[in-house]
Amino acid sequence: MSDGPRQADIGARLTFDLGKPGRTACSLPPCDVPEADLPPPSFLRREINLPELSQVELVRYFVALSRRNYSVDSGFYPLGSCTMKYNPKVHEKLACLPGFTSLHPLQPLATVQGALALMYDLQRWLADITGLDAVSLAPAAGAQGELTGILMIKAYLADRGEEGRSRVLVPDSAHGTNPATAAMGGFEVVTVASDGQGNTDTHALASALDDGVAALMLTLPNTLGLFDPNIGRIAEMLHRKGALLYGDGANLNALLGRARFGDMGFDIVHLNMHKTFSTPHGGGGPGSGPVVVKGYLAPYLPTPVVAKEGEGFVLATPERSIGRVGSFYGHFGVLVRAYAYLRTLGVEGLRQVSDNAVINANYVLARLRQAYHLPYDRRCMHEVVFSGSRQRAKGVRTLDIAKRLIDYGFHPPTVYFPLIVDEALMIEPTETESKEALDAFCDALLAIDREAEEEPQVVKEAPHTAPVGRLDEATAARRPVLRWRREVGSEP
Amino acid sequence: MTLPYIPNTAADRQAMLAAIGVGSVEELFADIPAEFRIGELGLPPALSEPELVRELSALAGRNRPVDGMPCFLGGGAYRHFIPSVVGEVIGRSEFATAYTPYQPEISQGTLQTIFEFQSMVCELTAMDVANAGMYDGASALAEACLMAAAISGRRRIALLSTVHPHHQAVVRTYAFGRGLAVDVMPPDDLALSEEHACLAVQQPNFFGYFLPDVEALERAVHAAGALFIVSADPISLGLFRPPGEYGADVVVGDGQSLGSPLNFGGPYLGLFACRQQYLRQMPGRIVGRTSDAQGRTGYVLTMQTREQHIRRERATSNICTSQQLVALAATVYLAAMGKLGLRQVAELCYHKAHYAAQRIAQLPGYALAFDGLFFKEFVVRCPSASGGPSELNRALLERCIVGGLDVSQYVENGVLLCVTEMNTRDEIDRLVEALAAIGGGA
Repeated sequence: MSDGPRQADIGARLTFDLGKPGRTACSLPPCDVPEADLPPPSFLRREINLPELSQVELVRYFVALSRRNYSVDSGFYPLGSCTMKYNPKVHEKLACLPGFTSLHPLQPLATVQGALALMYDLQRWLADITGLDAVSLAPAAGAQGELTGILMIKAYLADRGEEGRSRVLVPDSAHGTNPATAAMGGFEVVTVASDGQGNTDTHALASALDDGVAALMLTLPNTLGLFDPNIGRIAEMLHRKGALLYGDGANLNALLGRARFGDMGFDIVHLNMHKTFSTPHGGGGPGSGPVVVKGYLAPYLPTPVVAKEGEGFVLATPERSIGRVGSFYGHFGVLVRAYAYLRTLGVEGLRQVSDNAVINANYVLARLRQAYHLPYDRRCMHEVVFSGSRQRAKGVRTLDIAKRLIDYGFHPPTVYFPLIVDEALMIEPTETESKEALDAFCDALLAIDREAEEEPQVVKEAPHTAPVGRLDEATAARRPVLRWRREVGSEP
Repeated sequence: MTLPYIPNTAADRQAMLAAIGVGSVEELFADIPAEFRIGELGLPPALSEPELVRELSALAGRNRPVDGMPCFLGGGAYRHFIPSVVGEVIGRSEFATAYTPYQPEISQGTLQTIFEFQSMVCELTAMDVANAGMYDGASALAEACLMAAAISGRRRIALLSTVHPHHQAVVRTYAFGRGLAVDVMPPDDLALSEEHACLAVQQPNFFGYFLPDVEALERAVHAAGALFIVSADPISLGLFRPPGEYGADVVVGDGQSLGSPLNFGGPYLGLFACRQQYLRQMPGRIVGRTSDAQGRTGYVLTMQTREQHIRRERATSNICTSQQLVALAATVYLAAMGKLGLRQVAELCYHKAHYAAQRIAQLPGYALAFDGLFFKEFVVRCPSASGGPSELNRALLERCIVGGLDVSQYVENGVLLCVTEMNTRDEIDRLVEALAAIGGGA
């Protein structure tokens, strides 16, 4: 298949550079009412520099760009902590039903009972899956779910007269959003070390834990892909000191149908619909980050929540609500897809997801452990973290390994995270990959390990087959070019 | 049960478990203490694809989409024409099923469209730099206020009282986190002090009207040493003067109007642009243009030392995503509308809204609540004979018309009506007739 005529440098030409004055890609109706007087020119804009393209040019341009993207539908995408599972196609079709897309958020509630019923059931199921009591679907993404949770903790503590609890504990393996969120909540962040097994160091936790601590933000399984067997004790330690246990649900895929945050002692957890519940990542959003809490925190949930009133559904404001986190009710379009996913899985399906996600990750661990250093030598959950330290000793860095994987047709794993692993390679296969796909991926990583020994230059100069080679990021940051501008003298 | 999304067969699993060196999958979950293993969950039984389609179609069928009726509801979510090319492009799974472009060599599609988006937002607002997108207009406004506080070191945020009440509420939520005070003030009685980090205004305001003397506001804000934040309707910028031309330091807005359906409130899109000097305090993803060793042009995520994954608790925000697929819709929309189309859409909204307003104002008992320049929304005071805004809307719905937003808590008997290029003259005339009948010729 041909990609059309060869273009030397696709990246150099934007929509602004294509087309000609007078062209348009849209057709609009004529004005069918008497025209009103426009205000004086001082209120109006002189011109607007938008592109002038025909529809054919526009479509070809964006199709050409789409071909320069790697995606789940093009191949294996083992980006650790991102849960890049397959996105079922029927969900896209259902989310585009006019009965969902053409609902105005402010139209009378009697005319949106189907949408509210969907949200109500989703709230119930998420509470059930996590073993917690009440849910807000409002947060727009995982990071906003975190902020929502931290603000709820702040409001709850303030109501109890415990504003003195000004610190939030965050393990050194945590995702960067955790400390960033705690700071947005006005808390001081204290880092807690991990122990030699990759678990939370309970001695470090004990010494950091006093009456000034509001909460511990814990990801479970953690970002090393490990389940902390001391979780019950950790919850007890916090609660005894009057602090809360906050759960980052980024890695829920490992626990679906197996274990529940509420049973383990978590007070509040945020989920990621675009990870665990198969909604498309969209190249970086829209996500959806529901917050699930124990009953005593339910009065603090953001407004609105969906409640049942008689036979119908209403939007309600919890009594001590922290207020709104977004313009309306969250990413309804994303929630429709998550709802469809849960209806397809049922209870048995949930368990198949976690079983296969965990088997796949452990299989990758087993196949690669001879070639790649395993810093925490134990069975993993849904993802496995290797270190490229052995390869580094040969002069090849993890970044090089990642770039070389592109030549083998794979998206690289997450690299250099978590921060506590030197030269980290964080691999999350998800349950939607087959044994054949995993074998091909492991074969590639084993081949790259041999290349690191025999012809390291090939690895260090990779990728060789991508649309562009390694890009000069240093110059991009030092002399930022962040927008198109008409070149002087190029005016037609 | 065999799920279509899980390829491992029983034989695959056996082979893999053997390679791992365990006898059963249970052993892989051994780290989970026994007391935390669960038994049953209360989820309904699984559905096949045809059953799923039937169930979701039935749920969708229990709603009354506004496409089927003349609709005059706005208030922060707008029905504008979406060219078919928008859905076609964002429906391509190469865009939809990718993630944040951490590996630029194989993410040039996403990265280049973000650069396009940033460029278009800068053009639209007449600002220097824009980020890759935020959750919605409300959170973009809140982040702008936090940014102003971080830049100025001041602890109070000032909002004009005519900012959308939901957006005000989101600012308050975010301000609570950072311990900032929020002061709401009317345009004709500004009380700015040296404690204020910013003044945020909405243009056109929540009621659809342009601020009568935006220059005076700008002078007052800058005289107080604060930042001037403008939340703008992006469609209005096809016709009206952009905030960059009247002294805005930060411009935000909701990009839903640019190619996204109403979707019962989300996902929408936060637009965020600012002056060059504030670039390093800006929240969100930013894409920059660069090249590879062979001189080929390429795009990368840049200025990342502002962000959570590098800076952790000292980051400008905790935001990770950029609402990318919705931003892509806006990019395709703006490219499709182009220089001529966006102005035409804005003019259609303006003319149709004025036609509707003028006809309604002539009805006995009805009056426009405000004088002044408006764009596509305006507030009508309805006659007491109509029973007030909520009764009026109920009566309209009985006639299969979606009325306006009840704003009687701010304007006595006020209804906020919205007219866009999607409303035909026939629809407007039907609305006028219905209002006349409901008003009882009072």
